[in-house]
Amino acid sequence: MGGSILGNRVLRKEDPKFLTVGGKYVDDLLDESLLAGALHVTYARSTVAHGNIRSIDTSDAASMPGIVAVFTGADLGLTPQPATFNPMVARSALAMDKVRYVGEPIVAIISETREQGEDAAEMVIVDYDILEALTDIEKALTSSIHIYESCGSNAVFDTTALGMPDNTGDAFFEGCEVVVKQRVLNQRVAPCPLEVRGAAVAWVDGRLYQWLSTQHAQGARDSIAAANGLEASQVRVITPDVGGGFGAKIGSYPEEQLLGRLSKEVGKPLRWRETRSESMMALGHGRAQVQYLTIGGTRDGHVTAYQMHVLQDCGAWFDMGAILAPFMTRPMSSGVYAIPKIECRTTSVITNTTPVVAYRGAGRPEATAAIERAMDLFAAEIGMDAAEVRRKNLIPKFDEPHTTVIGQTYDVGDYEVALDKALTAANYKDLRAEQARRRSAVDVKQLGIGVSVYVEITGGVPPMGETAKVEITDDGRAVVYTGTSPHGQGHATAWSMLTSEQTGIPMDNIELVWGDTDLVPSGGGTMGSRSLQQGGVAVFKVAGQVVDKAKAVAARLLEANEEDIVLDRDRGAFHVAGTPAVAKTWAELAVASKAEGGLKHEEMHSVSGATFPFGAHVSVVEVDTETGKVSLLKQIACDDAGKVLNPLLLDGQIHGGVAQGAAQALLEEVRYDADGNPVTSNLADYAFISAAEMPDIQVVHMETPTFVNPLGVKGIGESGTIGSTPAVQSAVVDALAHLGIRHIDMPCTPMRVWEALHGRK
Amino acid sequence: MIPAPFDYKRASSAAEAISIVSQYGDDAKFLAGGHSLLPLMKLRLAQPAVLVDIARVNDLSYIRDAGDHIAIGALTRHTELERSSLLQQHIPLLSHAASHVGDPQVRHRGTLGGSIAHADPASDLPATTLALGATYVAQGPNGTRQIAASDFYKGFLESALSADEMLTEIRVPKMDGAGWSFQKFNRRAQDWAIVGVAAWRKGSNAGVALVNMGSTPILASSVNQAIAQGASVEDAARLASSEAEPQDDMNASADYRRHLASVLVRRALEQSSR
Repeated sequence: MGGSILGNRVLRKEDPKFLTVGGKYVDDLLDESLLAGALHVTYARSTVAHGNIRSIDTSDAASMPGIVAVFTGADLGLTPQPATFNPMVARSALAMDKVRYVGEPIVAIISETREQGEDAAEMVIVDYDILEALTDIEKALTSSIHIYESCGSNAVFDTTALGMPDNTGDAFFEGCEVVVKQRVLNQRVAPCPLEVRGAAVAWVDGRLYQWLSTQHAQGARDSIAAANGLEASQVRVITPDVGGGFGAKIGSYPEEQLLGRLSKEVGKPLRWRETRSESMMALGHGRAQVQYLTIGGTRDGHVTAYQMHVLQDCGAWFDMGAILAPFMTRPMSSGVYAIPKIECRTTSVITNTTPVVAYRGAGRPEATAAIERAMDLFAAEIGMDAAEVRRKNLIPKFDEPHTTVIGQTYDVGDYEVALDKALTAANYKDLRAEQARRRSAVDVKQLGIGVSVYVEITGGVPPMGETAKVEITDDGRAVVYTGTSPHGQGHATAWSMLTSEQTGIPMDNIELVWGDTDLVPSGGGTMGSRSLQQGGVAVFKVAGQVVDKAKAVAARLLEANEEDIVLDRDRGAFHVAGTPAVAKTWAELAVASKAEGGLKHEEMHSVSGATFPFGAHVSVVEVDTETGKVSLLKQIACDDAGKVLNPLLLDGQIHGGVAQGAAQALLEEVRYDADGNPVTSNLADYAFISAAEMPDIQVVHMETPTFVNPLGVKGIGESGTIGSTPAVQSAVVDALAHLGIRHIDMPCTPMRVWEALHGRK
Repeated sequence: MIPAPFDYKRASSAAEAISIVSQYGDDAKFLAGGHSLLPLMKLRLAQPAVLVDIARVNDLSYIRDAGDHIAIGALTRHTELERSSLLQQHIPLLSHAASHVGDPQVRHRGTLGGSIAHADPASDLPATTLALGATYVAQGPNGTRQIAASDFYKGFLESALSADEMLTEIRVPKMDGAGWSFQKFNRRAQDWAIVGVAAWRKGSNAGVALVNMGSTPILASSVNQAIAQGASVEDAARLASSEAEPQDDMNASADYRRHLASVLVRRALEQSSR
């Protein structure tokens, strides 16, 4: 005993519940007395991608069995509300004059049962003047039809309008011995949390209580309050267990913001839970960029200039997705490389598709995918090994902040070691030898090896800090309040480890409270891989401060000087140094300090900045050259997230990240038909990855601590996704490189691979 | 994702099920494992007024040795086909193909009769039983009749069964030691095939059928004839799509499907010829 618990492979304390009785999600709140007698909400949605609404007839729907009320936007007096970042883009929570994507809510139906609501939704008759559906971002950019007419363009956000320089075209590459260009698709994907969106509302003594499946209760409280014309203090958001978010549950949605109003109209609590088909259409999507890349350099492998123009598909609303390209992709355009000249313009374009939001990595995977693809194209052009060309251009090891030419400052980096570790673990030379053997034997199944090296931003979105409160109960347990918001990551385990380390209170006696805005009024939620470096550090500090407070109380009780009091962490008791026999337990101290308000502390912990985890991935694939089928054999992942709190949680994040990253490279793509109808709106058509498609994942550990926070930790939630996607795509192309193939867009489906092979003949 | 309203009846025997269905005609559907019908109902692409649940008709779940063929009750689950030692011995192609249907949950619910009666060209077992020259037994108000698999599939999700007929038994000739292969080409393990091939060969006799290469399961007669006439595997495989009418869809163009069919038929025949 006596060692630190930090850094140990501690089993997840939340798992016994999830693996036995299961979580309690928003749709499971059947015994919540405040929701007794709740009615159900169903939204009738647009079946048209782009059209003016001529009329909405709800009379048939209203006369269906069990229907309590039916509301259009006009019935509720809704008005268009401007988007946060571009006030020219405005819409109402229920579409009134115009619909802009299939799935946009138009009518709210209140029914006694959920099934009745769905039947009634089929009876809503909307008459449209159908307009051309602009689902393709390049077409939308040049079209004379403007989805928000008042904008005068479908391009609603551009770095040049922010005063950032425009790209200068081919002139930028003067003096380069080699220049390669490529249009690259970073396709639209669906986050697909296993728990779809859901909420329930009740008015309690004039306050709106909203149970919500969210990643950020405090943010949702504010946006729900604003949408309902309330003060934040008049809204209480309560987060039950959340079955995944991946970024798409950061913001609150119109369907959620309307519930309070609807509940007031009918005078009853309400429940709403979307179906999977609705979720695939109306929960935000991710990625969705077209990138025009140009890379130039010398024949001996030095990249000297890199230019990128990113078209970011916003979907049909100016949501978070619109600002990812300028504020996340552009700053990371240099990646891990010391490139002397970079230009990056981004243009965000409205289309008649589901709005784009943050999705695991949110702008950084797109930056990594772009530069890694460009590196591969450059390597292929000069005939250099993909790992070697990367090595030549890496930013050398730095332990003081480094600023790239695009203007982004990274904390610490040691990229070459990460690359070497991944290559060594992969037996890179042996793989290349096996590849050469198969090539000379003209095997049907060719081997492909993909390498990526990446750096990303974690903890980079406001608020740059987090609140924590630790309270000791009379029986000596610790209750930890956090503004972060678990939805699968393992906060209960991690925060208990940090608290136990400071206090000596056993893991099982530590309880975590989150996501209830009355109990935790301030918090930044869980997104952007921020939790540990902000929320965890806050818990660690505050728990330490509670120990200090306890020492003061113990000193009083033991009639000793405070500085002579020591905490025996093994026993969870305080004593005077040298006399352990006379000790005060946490429970005794908690009771003794009741008069002065109990043993607790709360504090906001601010950080000086983001951290920049990095790593290298190697993918090994087999490509069937007759059919185009790709098998992902192995993924070697070296992800350096600084000091590791719990390797088990780290591995879990990497495994999940690789799953979603590989899925983007090989399987997943949201698609629309020519009329703008989604054709991937269920999990049979949308190729969500399953365990059977997962590769063997080899996690290679590397720890380069950051100086940004006292624990030396960085985020790991998104790294696996960021590193894996370009490596897998690169491996597919690499398998066919000897046949003259340089690029295949994602997802590298069998047909795309076959077309690349077929087109070559 | 919620079906339109419907009535539910449970039958305890084939005769009772047929008598219930006879009252409703086209408005009624048999419910067996539910893994084809219920997804269509949840998407409201199918809206039957009455479901007649036949899952409890236990005497239709069996796998029996009937001399030159194996008789399989229509309600036999895919898992039972997969695990049957009788099938593994006499008709290994069917047992193996069953192990590729969906995922374990689907295979525990789905039935052979349900899959065949649904007549989905993308399903594995209709084409497999077609390749094997199976005969299907249908029971109606006026007794039973036998329908050759090659006469059964009439169009997309359309079969020779009339509305008041129920598929009760599938009779599959024993393979008598023939070589065989099942090639399923899909994106993910649990997906429907983009293209699939069920094949067997014994000397100059061969049976090849295609999954998802048209509006019905397709018997690749030209391939089978070519083998009978002594053609090489390569030459026979080039005829793979002769009877097929593949469609474009999200996963594959018709051209790509034809290409896949020829590659997969060649591989299937090579494997069957060993």
